[in-house]
Amino acid sequence: MSAIDPQASGKPMIAIDNISKWYGPVQVLNGCTTQVTKGEVVVVCGPSGSGKSTLIKTVNALEPIQKGAITVDGIGVQAKGTNLPKLRARVGMVFQHFELFPHLSIIDNLMLGQCKVLGRAKEDAHDRGLKLLGRVGLSAHSHKYPGQLSGGQQQRVAIARALSMNPIVMLFDEPTSALDPEMVGEVLDVMIELAREGMTMMVVTHEMGFARKVANRVVFMDRGEIVEDATKDDFFDKPRSERAQTFLSKILAH
Amino acid sequence: MFTDFDFGVVLTSLPYLFGTGMVFTLTLTALAASGGIILGTIIAMMRLSGITALALPAKIYVNFMRSLPLVLVIFWFYFLVPYIGQWMTGASRPISVGAFTSALVTFTLFEAAFFSEIMRAGIQAIPKGQTAAAQAIGLTYGQTMRTVILPQAFRNMLPLLLTQTIVLFQDTSLVYVISLTDFLGAASKVAQRDGRLVEMYLFAAAVYLVICITASTLVRRLQRRVAIIR
Repeated sequence: MSAIDPQASGKPMIAIDNISKWYGPVQVLNGCTTQVTKGEVVVVCGPSGSGKSTLIKTVNALEPIQKGAITVDGIGVQAKGTNLPKLRARVGMVFQHFELFPHLSIIDNLMLGQCKVLGRAKEDAHDRGLKLLGRVGLSAHSHKYPGQLSGGQQQRVAIARALSMNPIVMLFDEPTSALDPEMVGEVLDVMIELAREGMTMMVVTHEMGFARKVANRVVFMDRGEIVEDATKDDFFDKPRSERAQTFLSKILAH
Repeated sequence: MFTDFDFGVVLTSLPYLFGTGMVFTLTLTALAASGGIILGTIIAMMRLSGITALALPAKIYVNFMRSLPLVLVIFWFYFLVPYIGQWMTGASRPISVGAFTSALVTFTLFEAAFFSEIMRAGIQAIPKGQTAAAQAIGLTYGQTMRTVILPQAFRNMLPLLLTQTIVLFQDTSLVYVISLTDFLGAASKVAQRDGRLVEMYLFAAAVYLVICITASTLVRRLQRRVAIIR
């Protein structure tokens, strides 16, 4: 990946422009604006119920919005003519509860999208799937079913499944929140490696260690608003808002 | 009083009972169950589509069918289907479809209402995250249903679908009202002809019992084999 290309590096991969969202009368997102540039890793954090998971799900239109606009690689997510399945295929997503397909073997989980969406031949998809499993250290498990793996292993498979589509950007929605503590590390390691390889990433997480290690920017949300959007160092060393300071003191206390 | 019984009549009528009666019963059950499950799945998807124009007719259909006695529906279709055929093809006189076709259409449409409720529960039981995950890798709505949601729903609902099929198997005996001869009808005919009512009906009951218990056992075994590992 050429980070030197001046046009590519400055171009937003994800541009979120003043979006708002309501569940009935309850407003869950309020005028959120931020962007993720190519090759950047942006961590979204904030107290529970702050709207961070909702925000990341609006990026690939799993959650609709009522106001504002989002573009991914220049394509309007809400635009009328946009082919959503096609757009989503280019945006990898990893969920809190893994969401592997339990009736399919691990390798079939990795082949489904490749064959049905990208139209790859079975052998090709199989080979690529195995390679990705190797990358997340799970080659030996290709013929098992998701229910036979540990949470950490399932989440690594889920990352591999997202990568099997050759995404231009990866979204992580609290990827380690549902894991037993001893399994958090193995998933974060895969994510750190991915970040170091230059993958564009938007990550909702409470793992501040991860943020410190690989994030370029941190977006702090509270009550549906983006309260702070700063570089990693600015956010951790001199958070401007009181709410971010309180949040940091709470989360870093232990 | 039992000394008067002659179960020999059962033996001599076996070829007729099974060759004609049971073959009819099984054929009707298999065809109506297959058709009912396919149609029922479509109706379930309509009800869950969130599109009123699809959901409302499906809902009305299911509630309508489920509130009618099956015998009434069998009669109704028997006399109505020829006229519907005439209306659809523009023929000059009612189309003769035959009692079997009429019965098959009836059972398929009737059972579809019940199968659709089973499939609806099955589809609803699949976590929303599965749909989100399928959509996130770029699958369309149809692909998501075919490759992710329905295969899981079918597996989960298999015991109920087959139990409903066993009920259907028993219900097919109602075709006697339009003069079709199923297994029970065949037994009944022999019983009346030879004046061996008790013997024939006891035998028929035994056969239904054996078949249904065997089928239930197989359903349980099958369920264990296709169960999703969680």
